Parts: sequence; structure tokens; C-alpha cells
Amino acid sequence: MTILTAVIALLILAIIFGALLGYAAIRFKPEGNPLVESIDNLLPQTQCGQCGYPGCRPYADAIAGGDAINKCPPGGMATVEALADLLDLPVLELDAEDPDAEQNRIAVIREDECIGCTKCIQACPVDAILGAAKLMHTVIEKECTGCDLCLEPCPVDCIDMVSQSVTITNWRWQSPEAPKIIATDRAETTHEPR
Amino acid sequence: MSLMQRSSPHVMGRNTTSRIMLWVIVAALPGLLALSYFYGWGYLINTVICVVSAVLAEAAILMLRKRPVLKTLKDASAVLTGVLLGVTLPPFAPWWIMVIASGFAMVFVKHLYGGLGQNLFNPAMAAFALVLISFPLPMTTSWSTPEAISGEPLPSFSQQLSHNLEWQAYDGITMATPLDHYKTKIKRLTADELAQTPEYVAGPFYGILWVNLAFLLGGLLLLFLKIISWHGPVGLFTGLLVLALPFSADADSAMPVLMHLFAGATVFGAFFIVTDPASSATSNRGKFIFGFGVGILTYCIRTWGNFPDAIAFAVLLMNISAPFIDHYTRPRTYGKPKPVSGYKLPEESP
Amino acid sequence: MSRVDRIWPLPGGIHPPEHKSESNGRPIARLPAPHKVVLPLHQNSGLPAEPLVAIGEQVQRGQLIAKGHHPVSALVHATISGRVTAIEDRPFAHPSGLSVPSIVIESLSDQEAALSPEAVSMAPMRDWATETKERLVSRIQEAGITGLGGAGFPSHIKYLGQRQIHTLIVNGVECEPYITADDRLMREHATDIVTGTQIALKILSASTAFIAIEDNKPEAISAIKAALVAVTDTRIKVKVVPTKYPSGGEKQLVYLLTGREVPSGDIPASLGIVMQNTGTLYAIKEAVVSGTPMTERVVTITGEGTPNPGNYWVTIGTPIQDALAATQVAVTGNRPRVIMGGPMMGYDVDITAPVSKVTNCLLVPSATEFPTAPDPDPCIRCGLCEQACPANLLPQKLFWNAVHHEWEQARLNSLSDCIECGACSWVCPSNIPLVQHYRFAKAEIKREAIETIKADQSRLRFEQRQARLERDAAEKDAKRKARAAEAAKAQAAKAQDTPSTLDASAKDAILASVARAKAKKAASTGPVTQEALENTVVLAQQAVDKTRVKLATAVSDGLPSVEALTGALQKLEKRLADAQSALQSHTETGDAP
Repeated sequence: MTILTAVIALLILAIIFGALLGYAAIRFKPEGNPLVESIDNLLPQTQCGQCGYPGCRPYADAIAGGDAINKCPPGGMATVEALADLLDLPVLELDAEDPDAEQNRIAVIREDECIGCTKCIQACPVDAILGAAKLMHTVIEKECTGCDLCLEPCPVDCIDMVSQSVTITNWRWQSPEAPKIIATDRAETTHEPR
Repeated sequence: MSLMQRSSPHVMGRNTTSRIMLWVIVAALPGLLALSYFYGWGYLINTVICVVSAVLAEAAILMLRKRPVLKTLKDASAVLTGVLLGVTLPPFAPWWIMVIASGFAMVFVKHLYGGLGQNLFNPAMAAFALVLISFPLPMTTSWSTPEAISGEPLPSFSQQLSHNLEWQAYDGITMATPLDHYKTKIKRLTADELAQTPEYVAGPFYGILWVNLAFLLGGLLLLFLKIISWHGPVGLFTGLLVLALPFSADADSAMPVLMHLFAGATVFGAFFIVTDPASSATSNRGKFIFGFGVGILTYCIRTWGNFPDAIAFAVLLMNISAPFIDHYTRPRTYGKPKPVSGYKLPEESP
Repeated sequence: MSRVDRIWPLPGGIHPPEHKSESNGRPIARLPAPHKVVLPLHQNSGLPAEPLVAIGEQVQRGQLIAKGHHPVSALVHATISGRVTAIEDRPFAHPSGLSVPSIVIESLSDQEAALSPEAVSMAPMRDWATETKERLVSRIQEAGITGLGGAGFPSHIKYLGQRQIHTLIVNGVECEPYITADDRLMREHATDIVTGTQIALKILSASTAFIAIEDNKPEAISAIKAALVAVTDTRIKVKVVPTKYPSGGEKQLVYLLTGREVPSGDIPASLGIVMQNTGTLYAIKEAVVSGTPMTERVVTITGEGTPNPGNYWVTIGTPIQDALAATQVAVTGNRPRVIMGGPMMGYDVDITAPVSKVTNCLLVPSATEFPTAPDPDPCIRCGLCEQACPANLLPQKLFWNAVHHEWEQARLNSLSDCIECGACSWVCPSNIPLVQHYRFAKAEIKREAIETIKADQSRLRFEQRQARLERDAAEKDAKRKARAAEAAKAQAAKAQDTPSTLDASAKDAILASVARAKAKKAASTGPVTQEALENTVVLAQQAVDKTRVKLATAVSDGLPSVEALTGALQKLEKRLADAQSALQSHTETGDAP
């Protein structure tokens, strides 16, 4: 008789908790955000192609399909960590030739040398270059993402990548230095901001 | 010309971590002395063993983690954990229980979670729970009895020392705690009958009442120094009372309220365990809820559970829920009509 | 009446050592006018003011020399008489140590420099009570007055708000240690401050004014009270608040005096309250009653590194090193270390930078007074910081959020409500630089917001570009298909041998192309040259290739023109063979060009 009681008691408990879980699954269901959308939101939208894909969205698709998360130099370690956090993957080192290369640069055309060939206009993934055939080309500073794709097509090599300087309006406080107690502290993943 | 970017403020107050730890140790001393008075040298010897083991264990794990040893040991947190363990572990328990408990507390509960301030669980309570479950016999029968109750003299210093170090057993009056006794006996006897049993010949509170009052004194000192806030302890007492008052109406089948409050490790837990800042909730309201939860769980485990003293398990269970409590007990900050609770920001208008 | 007198208790707060007696014992002295001033053109809005003078021009003290076009900007006046010697980047008193465009004026002699009272000033409004509000506000703007309490916001903006104001709070609290400028100003110019208060009340049409003073300034309290008795203005009341840091913060003081909290993200005007510093009201009084623009202010020069600590009237634009040297502080190279502001919220400055309108204190500490902070210890989560926070935040949580870069969590924990007062850092037993962590976190959140907007914009442009390219490709494709369908239709119609079914235009087109082909053929049967024959071969080959392609398309698309095209192809291939053999025979007969 006691066994029957125990079995019934457990059954009732199971039903109650199962109902609770089911209710929670429906009531607290996370919004149906497609994974690719979330991944794309973490990418910097430079559309530079350094990851090997023609744009950030294709790379987001690839990551959703299982590709490595450390291929985006403009995103830097911040993006790698954010992706690792989102997808519950380990944080990897940035897979780039020069991981410390300066990001945040914009293209500037030396207008004296520009011949109006429109090759850079066609190369720019965000249409940030203004101009037409045989007319002056110029980079719209605010729209340039610093992807470097316009440098190669230019036949007269008249485009420079210029880093954005710190002025009184965009100066920010730096994070206080963490005390570097041991060697591994210095290589910690708590990264410095770009 | 670039300046060293030092942010304000440029002056700091005089408080230091080691000062806080030392005051907590000082506040625990009256309790320790009261325990020694009533229950013998065991507590003092155990405290010494625990402190030494804790410091050595911490030194060892620091060397393994390649961190500066002396600098970290100077903050006295290992000593504090040792003292807390020495006060809670049974006085007649063998030395290796102390060593295991201290080592576990330092290495696993504190350092493997990240070190000072990073422990998820209370180190002393987690170690107590480990030792209680792993070695139930020594842990439940190594408790001492005051002379007034047992009629036998307490062991001398050397006798106690040699017993604890297992050189020579002391055939003494080791038995379970008064709380344990009361709990098991009240199931079968009425309150009056219980008062006749030999263990309670001097009253059920003999000894432990003074010990708890000594800890209360220490706790009040900490409150006065503003090292702890009142929310945690008051929460614990409230939680206990909420259940103890109704259920203790029938004196013949439940422990009296005062027993709950002043026997066992209640007062000690309220002022020294629940207030461990790293493992408890952050905001004041959170601390109260944390203490309240500990109180409720303590009553439940004491009355309907298997273990005599439940503070350790109750605290560990509430430690798990501390982050959750934090998310829902943020204080109402200046300028906001109500506190921000939950895990997601409320939808803001662009 | 009792509700008006009530003071609400400030949550949290600390009591650092005050260090006021070093500098509040002597009356405000006047530093001699400097020979050189540097006047930065940087404004709160971020857009610099534009100079109205050129290099080499002579200017008079009080003359307007720069003006910003943004609505939130203050006018810049020359503060000494002399010649404009440069308009270029100069060090600026800012934690970054960066330089901003500035106007440098130098005078040749003491007389020239000290031409005072203001050589250029506006008309005094002695009877200001009869002036209109608009005139009074524009007078404040013309005088270039900015808030002297700390942030340096152009003052006239506060009077141009749309919301109805009922209470003016005069901030004479000065809760930060070391600073005594407002204290001495209240003691010595209480009447002027009261007049300034009345002017402000008139502009705002407010019904009440509270002059808030901390209880550690008994002389200032009695001076202000005496001045109030003299004017018998029942609208103005003195409220004494308990000494605690940071009671003088704008939001904290509003709560202390009225029990109401400024809603998060909003300004006191939303509660019908405007707050002004005592020094600002003094400057307003001077501007309105005497017509003087803002050219000097009271600065507390103190700290163990100063032999003559005290308060001084300092000309705005004086390089800090010159101001210090005038009080016998030893200045060599970039020493001593100077903090602009107090120990809790001040920042290290370059001593070649000029004194600005917001400089309320120049602190020269000795090495023992402000020792280098030791390396921070780990946070033990003691919670003392929460007990000290005047805004009821959880600094401990914000610290962990900042260290782990959890910006979302930081926003959940109301990081934006932190006033950066430093009370939490002061109490921290582990010496953690909490305020710097929060400043960094706020900066990162802002930067991320900017980058998100930019990234969204880039993504939009990229997607639009992709769409455009696809659209172009699709159009091309559609055109090609349409052409192929048309051609096939034409061929099919022709193959059915019903010319009458053909359009007249189609017929013409066919005739025209036939004529073209004949003409080409005639042209190609000109002088028989190697070149001409080669051309013929090439043309024939092209025709064959084209037709082959057409045929292939027709076969794959299953068009009815397959038969017709096959016939055409055979004809063209025969023509190609003829042309090739003609060329070959021509070549062999050795008729080289």
C-alpha cells in the first residue's frame, strides 16, 4: 500500500511540475529572433570582406552555419566575445594577419590626383563615395566604414586611410588599469576598448 | 603634453579590508570565549588548528595560482574563515576534520571561484556541510557537555589536545547538541517529561544561552561599527519567528521559540554568516529577503528534516538564489518612480 | 510655514575632512591683472565659438571677441586690454590635457592690462526692476555669464525655458572640501547676491527663493540673513543644511530642500525649480546693475603647496602658472601638480592652461596630502559603497558591470543616474577607483550607441546597394529575355511564311536589315585586298557564332524558330567557308598587301 501511495505521490508531483514547465515554456518563450539576425546585429557592418565573405550578413549566415567567430578584425575582440556570449562558444583569438591593426580609419581621396574612373565608387560596399564618370570623386566621411576595399581598384593610388584623431569632443576616460599581478593577468581577455 | 589620467576623487578614506576582517574576528571572540568556558578547551584548540590549516591552504593555492602570497594573506580573510570554522565544528572532533574543512573552504569554495570577494557560497558553511555529510559520526557525536549537566569535569588542556590530535582518547561525555536532543526527544516526550531528562537538568538553555548572548554582543559591535547592516540578521530572526510562533503553540510537540532563537548557531549565523557580503544579496532589501529565506529554511530543516542544525544548509540554499534576489531587489534610485527589476531593460522610446 | 522650513535627510553621503579653515580666514584679495590671457573658444555644445577679431588687433577689456552660433553657447569677452597675438590651439583646462583653439591677448604694460573698470561695458540698468524680462535675459547673455558652480552652462539658457518656474534655489552649499570661494563671496558681498537673487526671481516670475548654505559657514549665514533683513523681501529664505558631502549637488540639493526628486534624465525645471550658484548671481547682478561683462571670478587657491592659501579675484584667461606664481607658489617646468576643483571631483590640469569661467579652486597638494593611491585590492563586496551613495545606487554592482563590460546590466542598474561624486570611492576599503570605472562605462555605452547607429546606417546602405545591383541585373536579364523572345517570335512568324501577318514596321525592319546586309556585301566586294578578305572571314565567323548561340537558346527554350535558325545557320556556314577559301586562294597567289 505504501508503495502505491509513493507512486501516486510522485505521479502527482510529476504532473504538477510538468504542467509548470509547460506553462513556463509557453509564457516565457523568448521572442522568435532568428539567430542570424542576432549575429548580424553584433557585427560592425563595415562590409569589408576581411572575413572572406562578401559582407557582414553572409558572414552572419556562415556563423549560424557553424563557421568560426573570430574572423572579423574591425569588430575586434569585443565582437568575438559578444558572439561567444551569444552562441555559448569559447572565446578565440582574433584570426587576422595583424590583430592590433588600427581600426576606425576612414578613406580620403587626394582630389588633385583623381582621374574620375568610378572604379572606387563601384567597389565601395556602402556607396560612401560620391562622384560620376570623368567627374571628381570624394568620400562621404560619415558613411565610410574603413573597410579598405576602395584602395585596390584605384588605378592612380590616390586614396589614403586616415585614422580619426582624438579631439576634445570625442575624448573619453580610459578604464583604470587592472593591477597586473601575474603574467596571465596581462593577457586576460578583459580587453581594452578600441 | 599628456597627463597621467587619474580620475577624481584624489583622496580616500582610511578604511581597509584587513581592518574589516580584524574587527569581525574581534567580534567573534566573546562567543569563542563563552564556548570555551562552558564546553572546554576543544573550541580554542580547534580554532587554532583551523586557522593554521586555512592560512596554509590559502598560501598553497595562492602559490599554485601564482599570486602574491604575503600580500593576499595580510587581508586576514583566511584567519577569519578559520575562526568561524573553529567556532562551529564540534570540540571533540579529530584534527583531520578541521584540516579537511579549512582546506576545502579555502581552496574549493573561495579560490577556485576566484578568490576574495568572488565566492558564490559561504566558505565556512560549505565546509561544514561537506564535513557533516562525509563524516556524520564524528560530527554528530563529538559535541561536548557542560560540567553542570554531565557532572563530569571537562578535560584539561593537555587531555583535550591529545584527544583531538588522536594521541589519546578522552572517554568523556561526548554527545549530540542540545538542539539535536530536544528535537529528537520532543517527538516522543512532552515538554515536562523532557525537562526531567538528565541533559536538561540545568535547564535546556544552560550554556548555549550565554554563548548566543556573547555572539549577540559581537554582532551588536559590528552593527555599531557599521561593518554589517541590520537587514540580514533581522531577516533571519523574522523568518524563524514567522514559522516558529504558530507552530510552537503546542509546546508538547515542537521546540519552543526561544530554543530556536537562542540554541544552536542561530545568533552566530545571523551576525557572522548571513552577513558575509560576498555570498549574500547586495541591496538592503535583498539582504533582508536573504536572511528571511535562511530563517524559513532553517525552521523547516530543523523541524521536518534530518539534520539537527540547519543553518549551514539553509545558508547554502539561499546562496544559490542570491543573484536572483539581486535582480528583483534593486533599490529605487534617485529620480526613478520605482525600482528597475528583472533581467531586461524596459522598452525605451527612441 | 513649517513645511517650507523643513530639510529632508540626504541618503548616504560622507564626511571627509573639510580643510576649509586654511583659506576662508582672509578676505578675498585681488591678483594683479596678468600680462597675457588665453581665452579658449571651446563651448558646452562642442562647437567652438568663432572669433570676431583678427591677429594683431587691439582689444579692450570687456570687448566681445568671439561668438558661438549654436544656441547653447556663451559669448567670449576680452579680459584684459592689449593686442591679439595668436588664435591657435592652446592647452585647455580639461582632464584630457588636449588643446583647443584659443585667442591669446597680450598687453605691453601694467597700465594697459589693468584698464579697469571695464573699458568696454554695457549700459548699467540701475532701475532693473522696471526692465522687461527679455532685456534682462539678453543682458545676461551679452555678459557671457556661465554657471560658476561647475559645469559652466550658459546661464541665459536657464531663463529661456518654456516651463513655469516657481522656486529659485541659490546654491551656497559648497560641500566639497578645500573650496571656500562661495563662502567668502557670501560674507563680503551678501547684498549683491541678494540683489542677484531678486533679479533672477523677476526674470523667472518665481514666487520663492531658497538660499541654501551648509551649517559649517556660520558667518556667511549671518551675512546673508542680515542682507535679507535689509531688503525685507519675504520671497527669499535662508535654509541651513547639515554639512555632508555631496549635499551641494544639484539633484541632491533639490531633494534636500523640497523633498522632491528630479526625474531621471530630466532637469529641475521639470519640477518648476531653477538652481543657480551664488557666484553666478553675483555676476548677474554686476552685469545688470553695473553693465560689466564677465571677466573675472573668485578662485580658492589652497593646498599644502601654497604659501598663501586663500581666495582671490582672478582674471579669466590667466594661465594657471601665472596665477599661482602671483601667490608665491614655486612654479618650475610642469610642477607642481595642480588640481582644478576640489579633491572629490577635481581633475589634474596642465599648468599652462588658463583659468576658465568654471575654475572655482586651484588645489596644490603636497605629496603627503594626496598620496598616490595604492594598487586596488579585490572587491570584498562589503557594501559600504551602497551605504554612501547619495543617489541610492548599487556602486558594487556597477563596478562589476564596468569591469566585465556588461553595458546592458549597467544600464539596468541605473548607471546614468550616477553623479560621479566620489563618495563610494572614498569609503571603499579596497581602494578601488570606482568613479573612473563608471566614467569609462558611461563612455563605452555612449560609444556603443553611436556605433550601433552608424552600423545600422551602414547596413542599410549596404542592403540598398545590393538591392540596386540586383535590380540592375534583373532589368538587364529581363531585357535580354524580352529581346530573345521578340527575336524568336519574329523568326517564328517569318518561318510560317505569312508575310501578311507581319507588321508593316516589322517588314520595314526586315527590309532595312536586308538592305544593310547587301550594302555590307557590296562594300566587302570592293578592291580585293587581303584585309578586305580577312574582314569578310571575320564577319562571316561572327554571323555564324551569333546564329549558333541563337539556335542553342532556341533549342533549349523549345522555340518554334529552331527549324528556321538551322536553315539560316547552314547558309551562314556556307558563306563562311566561301570567304575562307577566297582568302586562302588570295594568300596563295602571293598577293600580299
